[in-house]
Amino acid sequence: MRNLTLVFISGSIFGLGLVISEMTNPEKVRSFLRVFGNWDPSLLFVMFSAIFVSAPMFWILKKRRPQKQASLGINSNQKVLDGQLVMGAGLFGIGWGLVGFCPGPAVSSLSFGHVTSIIFMVAMIAGFTLSDYLKSSR
Amino acid sequence: MISTNIDYLNFSPANATLGGVLIGIAVSLFFFTTSRNAGISGILSDLILSKAARIQNFLFILGLVLGPLVYTAIIAEPMKYVITPSFSLIVLGGFLVGFGTKLGNGCTSGHGVCGISRFSIRSILATCVFLAAGTLTVTLMDWFVHA
Repeated sequence: MRNLTLVFISGSIFGLGLVISEMTNPEKVRSFLRVFGNWDPSLLFVMFSAIFVSAPMFWILKKRRPQKQASLGINSNQKVLDGQLVMGAGLFGIGWGLVGFCPGPAVSSLSFGHVTSIIFMVAMIAGFTLSDYLKSSR
Repeated sequence: MISTNIDYLNFSPANATLGGVLIGIAVSLFFFTTSRNAGISGILSDLILSKAARIQNFLFILGLVLGPLVYTAIIAEPMKYVITPSFSLIVLGGFLVGFGTKLGNGCTSGHGVCGISRFSIRSILATCVFLAAGTLTVTLMDWFVHA
């Protein structure tokens, strides 16, 4: 119960961070990707300050509980050069640039009540489903 | 012509840094509690496609919506939200974001924040690729619009 409460709180803090940094505004994110033009570097500050907090925290937590390292979402034994990783990141980047939404901000923007957020979410879930289907049928 | 100039009108380093610190605290708390990476594409797609850790995933996503909802209600002014009016562009973009993050096992949070915080070479590579692809896409779109 305590853990589930903490998970809910961490989701809420994450969402709060996204709206305060205005990452839930697609045009703001597209302005960050407009490196060769009128560039708004704000997202860089979001990413660096997040890493500045979480990198030392992860390091401390991993030291404290080395036995749980294996349960991390991403397997660190995977090879580095991986076609699926590069292809996936590339397609994601194109979609990100087209609209200005990545998954987190798209979810958080649902709280504003715009239909466009819902349309994006439905299309994104369709993408998850097809990708998962193709992966499992290989 | 390709050139860079900083959009000082919209640049908001203070809010960006505060938001980033909150995101850093959130992923640390999630890792402390679950020993998992708070990658949102993974949590959301697992919630839909897998039966594992369903309640955990649901509560995280719920918080991701309710946190902003409470904040917006308290400050009582609408959040800035500008998106393309093109239905087909939103559908295409959404599909590519979903398909790509599932194929590449992560998005801005999973690779960009959590992965880089763990110094994962794969995540650093993925982050470079999606930043480059996003920049290229916006640059080409601007170029075609102005051409």
